[in-house]
Amino acid sequence: MKKLSAARMEQCIGCHSCSLACARLVHKQLSWNKAGIRIRSSGGMAAGFEAKLCLACSPAPCAEACPTGALSQRKGGGVIQKRKLCIRCGKCAAACPVDAIFLDHLVNPYVCIHCGRCVAFCPHDCLEMKEISVKEEGAS
Amino acid sequence: MIRDFFRVSVVDLDSGRMNVAEHEGRDLVAGGGGLAAMLFREYGHADRPWDDPDQPLIFAIGPLTGYFPLMSKTVCAFKSPYHDQYSESHAGGRSALSMRFGDMDALVIKGRARRLSALCIGARRFEIRDVEFLRGRDTLSSGKILRSMFPGSGRRSMLRIGPAGENGCAYACINVDTYRHFGRMGAGGVMGSKNLKAIVILGDRGFALPETPAYPKLFQTLYQQLTDTEIMNKYHGLGTAVNVAPLNELKSLPWRNLQATHDPEPGGITGEKMAEERLLRNAACAGCPVGCIHIGYIREQFKKNYQYRYRQVGYDYELLFAVGSMLGVTDSFNALQLMDTVELMGLDVMSAGVALAWATEALEKGILTEEQTIVPLRFGDAANYEKAIVHLGRAENDFYALLARGTLKAASVLGGADFACVLGQEMAGYATGEVFFVAEALGFRHAHLDTGGYSYDQKHEDKDVRRAVDFLVEDEKKRCFLTAMVSCLFARGVYGDDMLGQALESVGYARLAQDQDSVGENIQRLRWRTRIETGYDPDAVDIPKRYQEVVTWKGEVDPEYMAALKREYARRIRELGKPPEE
Repeated sequence: MKKLSAARMEQCIGCHSCSLACARLVHKQLSWNKAGIRIRSSGGMAAGFEAKLCLACSPAPCAEACPTGALSQRKGGGVIQKRKLCIRCGKCAAACPVDAIFLDHLVNPYVCIHCGRCVAFCPHDCLEMKEISVKEEGAS
Repeated sequence: MIRDFFRVSVVDLDSGRMNVAEHEGRDLVAGGGGLAAMLFREYGHADRPWDDPDQPLIFAIGPLTGYFPLMSKTVCAFKSPYHDQYSESHAGGRSALSMRFGDMDALVIKGRARRLSALCIGARRFEIRDVEFLRGRDTLSSGKILRSMFPGSGRRSMLRIGPAGENGCAYACINVDTYRHFGRMGAGGVMGSKNLKAIVILGDRGFALPETPAYPKLFQTLYQQLTDTEIMNKYHGLGTAVNVAPLNELKSLPWRNLQATHDPEPGGITGEKMAEERLLRNAACAGCPVGCIHIGYIREQFKKNYQYRYRQVGYDYELLFAVGSMLGVTDSFNALQLMDTVELMGLDVMSAGVALAWATEALEKGILTEEQTIVPLRFGDAANYEKAIVHLGRAENDFYALLARGTLKAASVLGGADFACVLGQEMAGYATGEVFFVAEALGFRHAHLDTGGYSYDQKHEDKDVRRAVDFLVEDEKKRCFLTAMVSCLFARGVYGDDMLGQALESVGYARLAQDQDSVGENIQRLRWRTRIETGYDPDAVDIPKRYQEVVTWKGEVDPEYMAALKREYARRIRELGKPPEE
């Protein structure tokens, strides 16, 4: 089980290639919002950039808030998304503590599924896919 | 494709309302510079002055914007306060992608707001707010306030002006997302004349992708070429600043108001020195993985006991020429400090540097007095240049208000036209020879990027007028098509005819893919026709005497060759700008 992290954002040049790649390859969209990773400046370009993406919480508050199972807990952290089950209530985005879920104007949620397809499109090596240990429920 | 026609947001600052207009013509003008010229013909007034409230300020993107890397620029078109003729300026930042995702191929702004205002526009947003409290504010502190007024970080582009734009400076720029600019020809002055301090574009829509397998495959190929190969190394590594040392060695770097083209001690302003000693990091326009924006730092002690402030300042070749070599400033901290002050005032850095270089020589020669310049301008004296830049941006007295209209305007009143380094507008940093001097003086934007004239000079020693002008005309045509896309011109090595054709076809513009040459020529003719209708006469452009005194690697400039080039290029431009036959 792997986890995507924006491990080296101080190297980010703000090109949005990762977001555009996620939208293009995962969501079949031309967009920089409809993506599991979004880039923003942190108070103007001079302050550098930050990435908005799922931090792979376990348990994931967004999955707990989802009333239909469209988002369910992924082992080790993060969520599995089943778009067909989504009723677009937006509760997932409200529950996310780090504003990592984007809702479009039709309240469709876009969340990182840790597939790592964006990594190859970061020209500055800011992103990282790392194996995460999956703890069995009840294990200490 | 998203659509085969143009969707244009037309904002009227008089009424405070917006209209969405649809225009045909994609297969004839493509987008960018072609679309902008077409829209000027629809919304502009060739016979009225640039600051007539009804004149439009136009922003346009291209058919590939957002779809492919480095299709990351926006064309801004307007009647210029510099010469009262139709002109264009190009910039990147997030502007192009914000417009794409704001669902507009172009934005046309007409009218004049009653008070200083900010426009916020997006796919689902339109708002004009009073920002009279920002009057006189510099671009940096304005940006901070505007960011909190119009949230949307990451999907927002912010265009704003400084005091120079509000004061009607003929070479005020529009700052785009802090590190990019619609710099040349005074777009900032046009915004100022409209009482428009800022334009915030929210890119908050998405679009379905083409379903053909060709598109993702081609994207991958292009992305790899732009990131994994050597092609873009120059722009990412040292950046365009890499040009300082070789152009100095080639006797083509203007020094101290072009009194020399070489200096044995370029000091800290070479690309290598800048990178080793001052470079903090790179940045990029949205949609471009290259990262050509180079950001350096300045650090100043403002109080005893080790109290410092610091700033991050973008630098490039043209900036290092304009406030570095042209002013005889070779200390990198000093050069960055001047760039920062120019930025705060919202001036075009090339025009401001060249104008102050002229003023320095004019003061030396007794044409100006210290009473006029307020501070004693001396080549190399950065502290006084910093004060002068503020005076210029704020149009502090009659002299600075006059200089803010252009160096040749000031010289026509005060004298000293012979040594004004003006090629249509204050020159770019390539004293490479006759072809460049003529190309920039007569070129459409008076920019070094209208054609590769500077490059032609560096490769050809012969004096074949016909061959040189053929090159300028053909090169311009190709660039017209690229800037209709609107591609960054750094990518021209990657986006050749074949690659552009494939890209256009993969997103559904098969006709444009096939007609690149004829569409390029159509745009070229349309732009010249529009320019000439607004009063441009290529024969009336003067090349000041200073350019006959220049010595390059080829030796002294040949005035007769230069005059012949000018005559022939003017003839070709007039031919290109003729009205079409019935």
